[in-house]
Amino acid sequence: MRMHSATLPAPEFANPAWVTPPDLAEATVAIVTSAALYATGDEAFSAGDAGYRLIDRDRRDLVMGHWSPNFDRAAVAMDLNVVYPIDRLEELAKRGVIGRVAPRHVSFAGNQPDDVATIRLDTGPAAAAQLRSDGVDVAILTPV
Amino acid sequence: MSVLAHVFEAAGIATVVLSNIREMAVAAAPPRTLHCEFPLGRPLGKPSDPEFQHDVLERGFALLAAESGPVLVDYPDVIEADTDAVSCTLPPRFDPDLPAAVDEAQGLRKAYDRCVARRGVTSVGRVVDADGVSDALRVLDAIANGEDWKTAGIPGGNTTAICHDIRTYYEEASLELVDGPLPGGRALEDWFFDQTEAGATVLAARKAIQDSSAKFPVWFYMTPGQR
Repeated sequence: MRMHSATLPAPEFANPAWVTPPDLAEATVAIVTSAALYATGDEAFSAGDAGYRLIDRDRRDLVMGHWSPNFDRAAVAMDLNVVYPIDRLEELAKRGVIGRVAPRHVSFAGNQPDDVATIRLDTGPAAAAQLRSDGVDVAILTPV
Repeated sequence: MSVLAHVFEAAGIATVVLSNIREMAVAAAPPRTLHCEFPLGRPLGKPSDPEFQHDVLERGFALLAAESGPVLVDYPDVIEADTDAVSCTLPPRFDPDLPAAVDEAQGLRKAYDRCVARRGVTSVGRVVDADGVSDALRVLDAIANGEDWKTAGIPGGNTTAICHDIRTYYEEASLELVDGPLPGGRALEDWFFDQTEAGATVLAARKAIQDSSAKFPVWFYMTPGQR
């Protein structure tokens, strides 16, 4: 699977943005994952879903909604943090390494159409705007 | 993830990608990448190892100090996907009148229920819940034995979804039964497909559907691609 994915075309970004963050000890940090996680009771991911789900900081009852059979899908059941390191962020906040844990985090599905147009132009910017409205300075992105 | 990193950065959020496919990270060049050669599905590397996960995060956050990019750094350790199947007790044959996979699935129900009770959540339920897993296996068994998949009554009418529910039911049950350390990156996949009656039934049904000239997506995504 890794070998196949390595051959896929990569979208180009001319003039890519670069943000200089505040000191990490002052920053609000969010997780952005492509594991298609969603909170129990929220809308499930459909096949080819280019949307996103917001996950409240205190939720741990997360369903793995990814449609690909080509990865270790049981890892989430072993330890949510190996995909979505929310408890690690809480520990870093308590130690003062990061400023705050964001009140909401974002989940996409990793198996996107090859042109990734929707997440690039629509759902991605919408999710980013919601995190910015929560004061998020830094995002750690965890792929599945 | 690389695309999202560019998008989020453009919105004013500094990003760090924990890459799992180095070629993609090089080509898409997100602002900051910590490439982690870990099994797919484990971006933080090791389940139930907070110390290791903190080290991954620490090395990722360290990239925020860079003054310009793109920056790509390799995590120093590589974790190979363990392909040795786990040691996991399977229930003995109980009702010889049932297809073997159906009998097996029913025998795993208590373990599955313990896993759900412990975790408070399950990822079974895309088209059937745990009560429907046995009937789903009965349908796949019939397909494997010659019944036309188009009229067999596949729950939800979706082969990918039903295989997700069956495999997830087994994997969640197995977590209550495995002996020794937590399974490696591909160990439960190998256990399911190589050691269980359900895995054999899924593979046989997939082959039957493929041989019936069904369209590629109908059968291909029932299992990992290499199978």
